[in-house]
Amino acid sequence: MTSIAGHPGIAGRIAEAGANYLSERRGILSWVFTLDHKRIGVMYLVSILFSFLLGGVFALLVRTELLTPRRTIMDADTYNQMFTLHGVVMIFLFIIPGIPAALGNFVLPIMLGARDVAFPRLNLFSYYLYVLGAVFAVLAIATGGVDTGWTFYVPYSTTTNTSVTAVVLGAFILGFSSIFTGINFIVTIHKLRPPGMTWFRMPLFLWALYATAIIQVLATPVLGITLLLLVAERLLRVGIFDPALGGDPVLFQHFFWFYSHPAVYIMILPAMGVMSELVSTFSHKPIFGYRFVALSSVAIAMISFLVWGHHMFTSGQSPLASMIFSFLTFMVAIPSAIKVFNWVATMYRGAIDLKTPMLYALWFLFLFGIGGLTGLFLGALAVDVHVHDTYFVVAHFHYTMFGGVAMAFVGGLHYWWPKITGRMYSELWGRLAALLVFVGFNLTFFTQFVLGTHGMPRRYYNYPAHFTSYHQHSTLGAYLTAAGFFLTAGYLIHSLFRGRRAPANPWGGATLEWQCSSPPPAHNFDRPPPVGDPYDMSRIRYDDAIGGYVTAEVAEPAGAGGGPGR
Amino acid sequence: MKGEAMLPAVRSAAAPADTAHPGAPRVAHHFATPVQQFESAQLGMWLFLATEVLLFGGLFCAYAVYRAAHPEVFIYAHRFLDARLGALNTVVLVSSSLTMAWAVRCAQTGRQRGLVGLLAATLLFAAAFLAVKYVEYESKWRHGLLWGRYYHPAHGHPAGDASGQAGTGQAGQEPANASAPGDERPMAAGPNQSPATIAAGAGPPSRGGPVTLGGAAGPGATPPAEATRIAASAAGPRGLAWHLRRPDSGRHDEPRNVQIFFAVYFLMTGLHGLHVMAGMAVIAWLLVRSIRGHFGPGYFAPVDLAGLYWHVVDVIWIFLFPLLYLIHG
Repeated sequence: MTSIAGHPGIAGRIAEAGANYLSERRGILSWVFTLDHKRIGVMYLVSILFSFLLGGVFALLVRTELLTPRRTIMDADTYNQMFTLHGVVMIFLFIIPGIPAALGNFVLPIMLGARDVAFPRLNLFSYYLYVLGAVFAVLAIATGGVDTGWTFYVPYSTTTNTSVTAVVLGAFILGFSSIFTGINFIVTIHKLRPPGMTWFRMPLFLWALYATAIIQVLATPVLGITLLLLVAERLLRVGIFDPALGGDPVLFQHFFWFYSHPAVYIMILPAMGVMSELVSTFSHKPIFGYRFVALSSVAIAMISFLVWGHHMFTSGQSPLASMIFSFLTFMVAIPSAIKVFNWVATMYRGAIDLKTPMLYALWFLFLFGIGGLTGLFLGALAVDVHVHDTYFVVAHFHYTMFGGVAMAFVGGLHYWWPKITGRMYSELWGRLAALLVFVGFNLTFFTQFVLGTHGMPRRYYNYPAHFTSYHQHSTLGAYLTAAGFFLTAGYLIHSLFRGRRAPANPWGGATLEWQCSSPPPAHNFDRPPPVGDPYDMSRIRYDDAIGGYVTAEVAEPAGAGGGPGR
Repeated sequence: MKGEAMLPAVRSAAAPADTAHPGAPRVAHHFATPVQQFESAQLGMWLFLATEVLLFGGLFCAYAVYRAAHPEVFIYAHRFLDARLGALNTVVLVSSSLTMAWAVRCAQTGRQRGLVGLLAATLLFAAAFLAVKYVEYESKWRHGLLWGRYYHPAHGHPAGDASGQAGTGQAGQEPANASAPGDERPMAAGPNQSPATIAAGAGPPSRGGPVTLGGAAGPGATPPAEATRIAASAAGPRGLAWHLRRPDSGRHDEPRNVQIFFAVYFLMTGLHGLHVMAGMAVIAWLLVRSIRGHFGPGYFAPVDLAGLYWHVVDVIWIFLFPLLYLIHG
């Protein structure tokens, strides 16, 4: 088995050349005008992590205020602005673009075996749109904040004096950023697959990004027109959502959720894609049920368009519509559960390596499991009437979005960190931070399930004294989580300067990005790489000499081996 | 379909074009062939057009909701739009689609002068469309036929004496308004006639028959004025505007919430107008490039894609025209 070490493979050859995408060109302008998907991905990553920090600070302020009933550190209006900004920043600036625009941009073309995305200039443009949208959001903070909640419900959002217009325009611009990324990904996956890369040989992360991109392209324009109407309502008083002028405020909710429910799948689907990669790689075992996992992404994307009404069970929707939406909501559980079962089956009898990314994958399984199941509670009409607009909903949402998406994002970040930066982070600190995040998260949000069932409404500034202990536990948990993430930031930054140089394949992944050096060369591949089964681990062996994995017999022609797709 | 037909042109041109034509296809480093590059661009454009359709889809959806909630408003208010100007604009825009498609063909076959001329013609048609739109908007603006809070119709108030005089007072403006007769018809109404009754009976014969809904009132079966009395949908929000805004100035047969029609009208045509302007900017850019000879059989993707966009803008108008102008026409 050790004889394989003599085959450094493609990665070795490219590494000898020395140049990678980071070192090829230098200077600030080489970043500002770059068309390289990897550099754009890195710029996205930095921006998105900054947004995560910003949104996290707002969250900590909200939790700190809730330490005691009545005033703790801020007045009620400031509190309203804090939870709104937390929501807006986290949703529009962190979770939606997080995995697709940052990690996806970096790895999608490499995983596919392409040299870049189909439209590199559009890619850079969408990054600057993201920055512009973020500037609008920051502008809103500077000019009086927003206090509508991230959902911008009318009629309040059309009558409040806060900077709703700036934030809404920001979200509109971010929507276009998201649309262009989606178009880019769909076209790349359709048209830039190298010879041999059939649909069912694509890594599951790409399937997930593809399904995500479909939603981005089909749902985001509806958000666009909704936000435009909201701005028109505020600036021109068109009256389209104003009952005093014959308009219908519930129509806004329909429009908003027609986008924003699929949007939660824009958030979760890429996370599920990351999960598939993490679970397979760190179990050192091919993914179980490849086709089911791949197609369940598409199924989720389809069904996601048909469930928006479950946000409006108590908004005066007809009972028949509510029942249909309730039924369709339950339907989403099926493809989601298919994925979860397949991940668990993948781990079964695998050689599980509890590295930091895998820990986050386990957190995802556990937390998303709870988040998904409580989603069924909320989809049930009778239960929803009781717990809607309580902390139960807040906890459910955070279990899926934070416990699901953010965990997968952080897991994916650790997974591809050596590929992106060429450095290894400290595994010990990584595991410690992951543990801290897990404990902190559950302390924060599990208490909120309890609070919710006891009737604590969401977004309230004040609460009865007997809720105090729950709120304090929750806040303590938030501090622990934050400590975990600050620790993460610390050792990741440290690794940039002091980290061990990363081998091409530090984890034993079989997808194509592990075949090029870490960091990858500027054009990814000099010639289309040999494409095989993305989860065929049989030829991947650990090599002590380079501290990473190597693939035996790299030059085997495409088409050999039993891919899951045929 | 269309793309398939053009691909041979790309393929055949691909090999010699590097040197033969100034508009040689520049294949970006990440594409293997010009065909792959062209197909990618085309797929990207189709996806973008899908997002455009969905953007307008929201407005069409709003239209459906409000028309279902306020059928009487739409039937009443659409008569303030001039179907003749709308029809003129439809012809103008369809013609521009023709010239655009022809321009694409010229680019593919390398007819340089044809390409320049047809792009210029498309640009002119687009400008004509906006000019007609301006005439319409200006007339609405003058008569206070605006959205939401700004709806203050300047037409007569036939309910009482004072309003009747207001109506005759406005008749003095008629010579100035004659350029847009359809819009002015409500103004020309006698003191006791609503626009709807004119259309139903005594008015100019150019417009359709009496306004009816369902089979309740057949043509001529009931007095024309009664034919306009269509009950507001029970399910729809009734709105408080009538009472809040001007409690004393209502015409007895003007339904409530007419402003919602104008909100929908201005939002839909306004967004469409913005798309026309964006299209004009793109076509102007293409015109400059085609004058410089950038396009030919080897490289015509920008013309082709802009053509696709232009046709979608056109198709959206083809839906807008009947939905807004030809209700119960």
